[in-house]
Amino acid sequence: MKNLLQFLTAMAVLLGAAAAQAAGGELGQVDKQPTNWVAISMFGIFVVGTLFITKWAASKTKSAADFYIGGGGITGFQNGLAIAGDYMSAASFLGISAAVMASGYDGLIFSIGFLVGWPVITFLMAERLRNLGKFTFADVAGYRFQQAPIRIFAAPGTLVVVAFYLIAQMVGAGALIKLLFGLDYWLAVVIVGGLMMIYVLFGGMTATTWVQIIKAVLLLSGVTFMAIMVMAQFGFSFEALFAKGVQVKTQLAINGGKTSEEAAKIGFAIMGPGGFVKDPISAISFGMALMFGTAGLPHILMRFFTVPDAKQARKSVFWATTWIGYFYMLIFIIGFGAITLVLTNPEYADTAKGIIKGGGGSANMAAVLVAKAVGGNVFFGFISAVAFATILAVVAGLTLSGASAVSHDLYATVIKKGNADSASELKVSRLTTLALGVVAVALGIAFEKQNIAFMVSLAFAIAASANFPVLFMSVLWKDCTTKGAVIGGFLGLISSVGLTVLSPAVWEAVLGNRAGSAPFPYSSPALFSVTIGFVGVWLFSILDRSPQAAIERGLFKAQQVRSETGLGASGASGH
Amino acid sequence: MNDPVAVDPMVAKIEANPKYRELRTKRNSFGWTMTILMMVVYYGYIALIAFNKPFLAQPIGAGVTSLGIPIAIGVIVFTIVITGIYVNRANGEYDRLTAEILKEAAK
Repeated sequence: MKNLLQFLTAMAVLLGAAAAQAAGGELGQVDKQPTNWVAISMFGIFVVGTLFITKWAASKTKSAADFYIGGGGITGFQNGLAIAGDYMSAASFLGISAAVMASGYDGLIFSIGFLVGWPVITFLMAERLRNLGKFTFADVAGYRFQQAPIRIFAAPGTLVVVAFYLIAQMVGAGALIKLLFGLDYWLAVVIVGGLMMIYVLFGGMTATTWVQIIKAVLLLSGVTFMAIMVMAQFGFSFEALFAKGVQVKTQLAINGGKTSEEAAKIGFAIMGPGGFVKDPISAISFGMALMFGTAGLPHILMRFFTVPDAKQARKSVFWATTWIGYFYMLIFIIGFGAITLVLTNPEYADTAKGIIKGGGGSANMAAVLVAKAVGGNVFFGFISAVAFATILAVVAGLTLSGASAVSHDLYATVIKKGNADSASELKVSRLTTLALGVVAVALGIAFEKQNIAFMVSLAFAIAASANFPVLFMSVLWKDCTTKGAVIGGFLGLISSVGLTVLSPAVWEAVLGNRAGSAPFPYSSPALFSVTIGFVGVWLFSILDRSPQAAIERGLFKAQQVRSETGLGASGASGH
Repeated sequence: MNDPVAVDPMVAKIEANPKYRELRTKRNSFGWTMTILMMVVYYGYIALIAFNKPFLAQPIGAGVTSLGIPIAIGVIVFTIVITGIYVNRANGEYDRLTAEILKEAAK
């Protein structure tokens, strides 16, 4: 094991050197991001540091419990940071700051959606998850159910969410790293895939947790510094910042040939909600996907099993909510910083049109260019490296939860009927990690030219429609049965995927059908598919009059007592 | 794998303890109240966006800062505060009660 780790570390260093060389070859090409050596060195430091942590974590990862939940002894504060690190993806950091730069207030609406699921998790789920769970969310959902069917639902439920989330992260990673570091797309995807495999394969949850904590600290410090520097330019007056933003947007509209009256209107539009949320049904549907999706994301749910007890589980969500909320407030400032400091600077942008230089996808550079504008080249390198680290931390968490769904839910519980020994379970999870890493890299490369904007929202919609109803009903509703949970869960899964395919984002933008021809007109399926999921679980549970259903209902009392008091809950020492 | 929970005699003991009923009533009503509050605030905000965009876009003073900004920041701060209030109460009052229940059941 140790030799293998050394070998892989050497491979990673070699890969890094090769990457640097390949990138160096592009220096002469015009219109491509020059190789960013400061960023590459900073990222190199991060990689070396995290590989040392992985080596240390590998020495502690001996059992399946170590692999899945890092031994279960992580504190609430640490876990809160790790959850924040797991949740604040590159899509949040770069995508939302770009959205604020483009349309102002709409970016804030998006941020809030990503935040409001957390209190609901805190009030209804966190403690029960901790008290009932062991390694995966299926342990909780299937606590009093027949194990095989519930796992056969939960494993694909996990893998589908993980796959869409992972593809979105990998494609984003490739494109961004190409922009930030001047590396080739495929190389960037391979580096992300390779590092993620090393972290998860050897360090399991312990290494993944620390990668997420370090990334969260770096990202939060970076955005804090950026936001302060942006505000300093405007004498720490929000009004001055917003006024300048409106002025820049107005001028851009005038440049675009609008009359001054129209331009003033367009300029001021960034201060209020715009076209992001079109009709009331899409608005509510979208809100539901984000609110309940958060409570159904397998890689987030898994983090609740890494703490020793309910108290620490609650503390984790509180800290996670605080850091994530803080982060989104700063992202809004940074987005305005991009309007006022980046779009007006001819070094970074076409100031007449208000477009960041560099072609397709360059809007995602908004946040890192703000870093350059306020902190110079070294800080620019730092933030670029943080963006890379952000992607790594998120994909590592996703891969770990995907691997646990296969090894714990399918292999150990369904195939071995709960009699798998820790060593063979660990072996299966490592093999799955390898397989997932290869698949993620392959899909990342395959989807390079595809429109993947819908994928993260699809992952949230599936999590909200399939995983969340099953989890919620099995834990809180006495009459829920295996049959109801499995059928309802699959109905939620199928309807959320099906309606997304029929929605404009896929039907028109991806499949190339003519605009307006999408059979499902709304931007998010959640309002319908979450309802289908819940009604499915309810209906097929009350229709279930089998003797098995009676047994499962009879077990509810004991489940309830355990979920509410922690009686017999698996603790840090219980593994 | 999970233990066969049904046979644990502690379950019946805990169920019979009036403190357990007190814990359930208190915590469930508090948790659901907070959940409903959060839903009202968030979906109220979404409804404003869906049905009354100009309300959020109106400037609050002589400048450009719109009413939507403090409202949005308010929703974020509310989210953090409401989580903090629940966690504080659950980690103090409810956990003390839970510890007593478990101790009495172990007797």
